[in-house]
Amino acid sequence: MSDFTRRDVLKTTVGAAAVGAAGGGLLLPKHVMAQQAPNLKIEKGAKLRVLRWSQFVQGDIDQWMANTKKFTEKTGVEVRIDRENWPDVSPKASVAANVGSGPDIIVDFFDSPQLFADKLVDLTDIATYLGNKYGGWFPVCEKYSMRGKKWIGLPLGAAGACMVYRKSHVEAAGFKEFPKDMDGFLKLCKSLHDKGTPAGFALGNAVGDGSWTYWLMWAFGGKMVDDKNNVVINSPETIKALEYAKELYPNLIPGTLGWLDPNNNKAFLDGQISLTNNGISVYYAALKSPDPKLNEMAKDIYHANFPVGPVGHPTELHLFSQSYVFKYTKYPNAAKAYLLHMMEKEQYEPWQSAAIGYVTHPLKAYENNAVWKSDPKNLPYRDTVKNMLWHGYSGTLGYSSAAALNDYIVNNMVAQAASGSKTPKEAAAEAEKRLQRVYRV
Amino acid sequence: MPPHVPLWDRVRDNTLFLTIVFMAPAGLLLLVFLTYPLGLGIWLGFTDTRIGRPGVFIGWENYASLLQDSIFLKSVFNTVLYTSAATVVKFALGLWLALLLNRRLPFQAFIRAIVLLPYIVPTVLSAIAFWWIYDSQFSILSWMLTKLGLIDQYIDFLGDENNARAAVIAANIWRGIPFVAICLLAGLQTISPSLYEAASLDGANAWQRFCYVTVPNLMPVLSIVLTFSILFTFTDFQLIYAITRGGPNNATHLMATLAFQRGINGGMLGEGAAIAIAMVPFLILSTAVSYLALQRKKWQ
Repeated sequence: MSDFTRRDVLKTTVGAAAVGAAGGGLLLPKHVMAQQAPNLKIEKGAKLRVLRWSQFVQGDIDQWMANTKKFTEKTGVEVRIDRENWPDVSPKASVAANVGSGPDIIVDFFDSPQLFADKLVDLTDIATYLGNKYGGWFPVCEKYSMRGKKWIGLPLGAAGACMVYRKSHVEAAGFKEFPKDMDGFLKLCKSLHDKGTPAGFALGNAVGDGSWTYWLMWAFGGKMVDDKNNVVINSPETIKALEYAKELYPNLIPGTLGWLDPNNNKAFLDGQISLTNNGISVYYAALKSPDPKLNEMAKDIYHANFPVGPVGHPTELHLFSQSYVFKYTKYPNAAKAYLLHMMEKEQYEPWQSAAIGYVTHPLKAYENNAVWKSDPKNLPYRDTVKNMLWHGYSGTLGYSSAAALNDYIVNNMVAQAASGSKTPKEAAAEAEKRLQRVYRV
Repeated sequence: MPPHVPLWDRVRDNTLFLTIVFMAPAGLLLLVFLTYPLGLGIWLGFTDTRIGRPGVFIGWENYASLLQDSIFLKSVFNTVLYTSAATVVKFALGLWLALLLNRRLPFQAFIRAIVLLPYIVPTVLSAIAFWWIYDSQFSILSWMLTKLGLIDQYIDFLGDENNARAAVIAANIWRGIPFVAICLLAGLQTISPSLYEAASLDGANAWQRFCYVTVPNLMPVLSIVLTFSILFTFTDFQLIYAITRGGPNNATHLMATLAFQRGINGGMLGEGAAIAIAMVPFLILSTAVSYLALQRKKWQ
């Protein structure tokens, strides 16, 4: 323990070391000093304002607030939590970045930190500590949260999406198990349509539930850009994916072209569709509903990971969430201590459990969390961060990938080809033109 | 020797000085909240600024790129269609409603207050209501028509490009009619009843009284209301953002929503600003036409 003196403890007083100590950090033997909590001296009179996305499941925010309260009790740091509808967090963060004032911590989706990397506090110390302590970060975390060798964001996890389906309907359609490949998936959708229990996938400007369009493109080997950010979307692989979309579309429930994020949840819970892509919230809503019919439906709801395409590996895209701290904050250490506290096992696992696994962990050790064993239906969500690619795949994340995502370039391309408003070749060519503009940084 | 006038009295009587002093606060407000943002927007439109990264001057590149951008061109078409269709219907129905409300009706004040309701309800709330009304699976309109046996399957209001355009235009009309109706009603009430009496004595029928008394006297108000209505409709954002986010296939993207999508969500401030600034010539032209054409001397 020679590296950590009594003086250090006194210096940090109510600091993050104390927070880390809750996880056993202070009592670690010398050989695991790499797991020692960073020595963060919390600023006197520190107060924090956190802007995060509104919860999708109630358990999330209840436990988040409980964990926050615990932090305040330990450190004396008051923390105010502001919540926003999730697509509105990024625009607010952008304004804060530009004017240099706003929340100290932002809990956001996708790659926002890459847009204002130089305005963010370096989180390398806490990210390294957490990575060492909890078995490492899944590879996609580095793509989203690192700039060079520096962590500019701290991964929180991903609101993972899986195939959500009615088991009885899938069985009635002739499938004992959910298909694992693209051919099987198409056959299932056709069969469900024929049985009058169709599937439904959002083809409108839906950031979250529209992410299945990326899965489709990648599954066939298409991608927006190559490793060097050269636009390569107009490829035979993408065209194949678009032809597949064209074949799939008539088998979906009518109206999907205008669907935004909430549509599939409503249609599924109303029994109008029997297959969609979604987070665990649909199941959670049915399970916790006061309506016995929905409770009954919950028994029939099952989840599966997205089928794997000809590329031979999972190509999922999920709502990756991460926290970051702006340099304008007066209390960077308090902010880091807060983030550290929230990611420690004592807080993270109860939070993940309270949200019945709505957010899949970014740290490998948390795959042993009881939430994944308590209900077998939760299990497919466990691997969503492990299975996911980053939305700028296979290039780098930054201004261009963010612009491409938020301009719905891939969603629109798939929607155009699927609906027949453009041929697959025309749709890919239009996407290529737009991407060339967006990637011209 | 002229009598000595104290400095304060001289200042107080100086019209030029007082004009400047009294106009300064308003001028300052305009400068800070109007001129500066507009100037900044124009400048950003000539740069490649991204959120979090200062841009460099790139001349007309953003505009040149937009001219070849099919989505931008589609948004221009959508905006012009949205504004013209909504404005024409809003004025036709608004004028009709104003004429009805100008008559002596029982519970007149109450009815006039009710008419204003769509305008009073926050736009986002009414947009969400329309989103439900147009929902492809839960639409109450489709439900009613199905129950009446008029249709077999639900109408795909927001999943078909033309349906979606019509749907958002209808929503805008619903929201905009009260503004037009109440403004025109105010105009109607300024017309002296003696003009109608004189016209009646001269043998004018109802249509002639409308054409030769009501319309000319209403024109000054009409021109102002039309100008504002065009401005509000052309720059509409909330209805579209809440109901369709520009979809399906960008069929309902207006220039304002596209500017937001690319400038703020997408982080391409330069391009977003260029789209926003591209709205200015359309606005100047449309307001000039509506204002100057309707403000002709002969109407007054």
